[in-house]
Amino acid sequence: MPESIPEPAAVHTTGKINPAKTCQPIGAMYAALGIHGCLPHSHGSQGCCAYHRMHLTRHFRDPVMASSSSFTEGASVFGGAANLKTSIKNVFAIYNPEVIAVHTTCLSETIGDDIPNILKTAEIPEGKTVIHINTPSYQGSHVTGFAGMCKAMVSYLSTSDGFQKDQVNVLPGFVNPGDMREIRRIVNELGVKLVMFPDTSGVLDTPLTGKYQMYPAGGATVAEIRDSGNSSLTLALGAFASNDAADLLQEKCGVTGIPLKLPIGLKATDAFIMAIRDWFGVEVPASLATERGQVVDTLIDTNIHYQGKTVAIFGDPDHVIAMTEFVLTLGMVPKYILTGTPGKAFATEITKMLEEAGITGSKVKAEGDLFELRQWIHEEKVDLLIGTTYGKYIARKEDIPLVRFGFPILDRAVHPLMPVVGYRGCLRLIEQISNALLDRRDRDSLDEDYELVL
Amino acid sequence: MTETDGQLAEMLESYPETVKKNRKKHLVIKNEAAESCPQIEANTRTIPGIISQRGCAYAGCKGVVVGPIKDMLTITHGPVGCGYYSWGTRRNKARADKTTPKDQVYSQLCFTTDMQEPDIVFGGEKKLAKMIDEVVALYHPRAINICATCPVGLIGDDIGAVAKAAMERHNIQVLAYNCEGYKGVSQSAGHHIANNTIMEKIVGTGTERKPGKHVINLLGEYNIGGDGWELERVLTEIGYTVNCVLTGDSSYLNIKTLHLADLNLVQCHRSINYIAEMMETRYGTPWLKVNFIGIEAMNQSLRQLAQCFGDPELEAKTEVVIQRETARVTAALDQYRKVCAGKTAFAFVGGSRSHHYQYLLRDLGMEVMVAGYEFAHRDDYEGRQVIPMIKTDADSKNIPELHLSPDPEKYREAHEHLSITKEQYEELKKEVPLSYYEGMYPNMKGGEVMIDDCNHHEIEELVARYKPDLIFSGVRDKYVAHKLGVASKQLHSYDYSGPYAGYNGALNFARDVTNALMTPAWNLIIPPWEKNGNEGSENHA
Repeated sequence: MPESIPEPAAVHTTGKINPAKTCQPIGAMYAALGIHGCLPHSHGSQGCCAYHRMHLTRHFRDPVMASSSSFTEGASVFGGAANLKTSIKNVFAIYNPEVIAVHTTCLSETIGDDIPNILKTAEIPEGKTVIHINTPSYQGSHVTGFAGMCKAMVSYLSTSDGFQKDQVNVLPGFVNPGDMREIRRIVNELGVKLVMFPDTSGVLDTPLTGKYQMYPAGGATVAEIRDSGNSSLTLALGAFASNDAADLLQEKCGVTGIPLKLPIGLKATDAFIMAIRDWFGVEVPASLATERGQVVDTLIDTNIHYQGKTVAIFGDPDHVIAMTEFVLTLGMVPKYILTGTPGKAFATEITKMLEEAGITGSKVKAEGDLFELRQWIHEEKVDLLIGTTYGKYIARKEDIPLVRFGFPILDRAVHPLMPVVGYRGCLRLIEQISNALLDRRDRDSLDEDYELVL
Repeated sequence: MTETDGQLAEMLESYPETVKKNRKKHLVIKNEAAESCPQIEANTRTIPGIISQRGCAYAGCKGVVVGPIKDMLTITHGPVGCGYYSWGTRRNKARADKTTPKDQVYSQLCFTTDMQEPDIVFGGEKKLAKMIDEVVALYHPRAINICATCPVGLIGDDIGAVAKAAMERHNIQVLAYNCEGYKGVSQSAGHHIANNTIMEKIVGTGTERKPGKHVINLLGEYNIGGDGWELERVLTEIGYTVNCVLTGDSSYLNIKTLHLADLNLVQCHRSINYIAEMMETRYGTPWLKVNFIGIEAMNQSLRQLAQCFGDPELEAKTEVVIQRETARVTAALDQYRKVCAGKTAFAFVGGSRSHHYQYLLRDLGMEVMVAGYEFAHRDDYEGRQVIPMIKTDADSKNIPELHLSPDPEKYREAHEHLSITKEQYEELKKEVPLSYYEGMYPNMKGGEVMIDDCNHHEIEELVARYKPDLIFSGVRDKYVAHKLGVASKQLHSYDYSGPYAGYNGALNFARDVTNALMTPAWNLIIPPWEKNGNEGSENHA
């Protein structure tokens, strides 16, 4: 990163410098991996698929498989129908998935390939499924692509058999397999039957056994997703990632959808548990009450470490919204809140929370980039930065600690297995935030101020 | 270990007929008895649906060749993804130096026009022009690159015209690369496009030759993990002036004077051979294919390099450095060789690396059973003598071929570049393979396999067949190998270690490979309760 900060007079209004988002297809690919036995397929040139697999692999440190239509210039001129049909034939013959989940790219979108029409004449073996979503890279962001693929699961697969079961659908949002595992545990504790899709636990956090499975045991099965049409309730976690699918489920199968924040932080976890408790009339078990009590206990015990500190938060909108609520719970001051993903709801939601907390003078922006975030921080520093790996350049230049949170984290490991959702996730976040600030205090202390007990 | 055609063909059995027929041609088994390399199919289309390792022309142009030029501000014109994925992910290290201050190093930043739907519908030229104006005002770069992504070519944005107009407005070079992802069949197309533009627009525009008796360029070295710096350390000590490492840690200023060097060294043949060849045509600059990976390979390349100049002092100093470094490193390698000796590996990486690393692995007593490239051409496998026989197909025809002629003022004969007589040069050519690359094949042993554009299915099959101890590949294969119980090292990014080139690099590599093979967890895969009663207590040792 250049040392010099450009003159304040210079403007940056066009394009992105150090973007805080990426393109739709990678989100669609990630969501598709949460279907059991599914091979995501990228309808475009090889580079897209290569980049997406690379990036997902670097975040999860687990195999990420996906195929490509391998467009050449000829296909780009004459249309990609033949490439897609050949792909489908070869993928089923060679890799034998249960499901192929096709997403598009800016290439196939710009030339206007009509995917549903192409699929009509594709050779799909008996019992196998092909679903699709249009994910033009010039709209939305990777979160939009994730939301789109979730919606495609509903539009292609969810079916109402005309009766409702006592089960809850959870759309978990663009979270890690460790988070999805934790969401499942919480719902199990509440004793309600769960249909969760997508579910990448058991797909992208698999054990090493010496045997490679192209389609690991995890993921939501086609039968489960189909059955989501019979659930009595859908909890859409994270509006940006999950609302589209929940809305369609309501419209298509009559399943009531309740939009919630990602259950990151105490209040959002409370809301998640209350939604299930209220709908199904179940009792919250003592085990969860204990977990919650531990969080409150820790918050009271450790507020000395973080209360009143200022923080900049950036990343995907659903993550940032939930995290903003949580840092407010901690008594911290969110000063800069930014997402790369477009959408008015982001600023509305954040501003409301800040107003309720009586915080003024914070900057909130959707569709921003990290150039701008750094300008803000450079003008007036914060105590802590919370965001993805891409924040490390700002953290270094501005000399502030970074708590890595969200997608992608490319320079640290284990995080995809460790939940940040639920009450246990709260403890992990409190520990990370406290430790980052305390490490900084230790580092900056004079000898005479360097203390054993903090 | 030897393989017959028949046995290897088994792994293609489960393919549909057309795929089988196609993939068979991308496989060659070394036959020591045969005089020359059988033809291998390469640089042809990947079959749709096959899980290939290949990327695209944009990745080859922006990601590999253009992106590392540290003082050129590179704007990706397209939707956000392409610029984003190629931001900071390749480990081409760069640092400020005497001529390039810190605030003119842009290679760690990402600039993208982030095209939106209206830009696709109504064209993105205005947005691109505006972004250029803004970044010029913000950063005052010496020069700008514009790299196109897929939709740019499809909607007909004329980035050349935008560049030309911007050049006139700002009085700096603004270069346009039409490296849309769908061009060609792999990254290779992008290398070629980048080479063309760099050669046509930048090389030859500088006037000041760096001081020094023997000035050289190191082409096709991207300074991954600091490789280029380790090589510069050795080359400088011997007495060379390294004018430019292209493009790792390179600067626009140095590329302008590429033609003022005496000799081009070529490390990665595939990605940069075009510039080497074109410079030979236009300026008469000779080029030498080198391999600085492995102690023996490094020593041989340094000796051949010294020979080129017919300078006894240079040759003597080369020997001194070789002796000292070899003694130092060989002794230190011993501890690693004890672990590595007899182990086998696969290598699927690079535009020369799957070849180069075979030397370093042999230094450690290891052997590569299967080697291949994602984006190579036939000459990278078979040697440059096959180039005239390579048929151009529809995909390669789309990549412009520059037809250069000798520069009337700047062209000098090769021997003049090297400051030797014509007779000496003729003698030299007999001993040192100037302007030539023999490819991977001659170095491989009988029964070993060359595979082009290897895919996921084939890797699984090959692992089951050959049971290698280690797989050298990219991140997309790395964890597949681990799940199979096979150690793996990323040879694109070196697993965030390095340098691996040169003498110090060999040591780093040996240490990392040893660690990969010996990490204690490999012995802990089977839980104690699944072992026979007597073995169960192993974990307590």
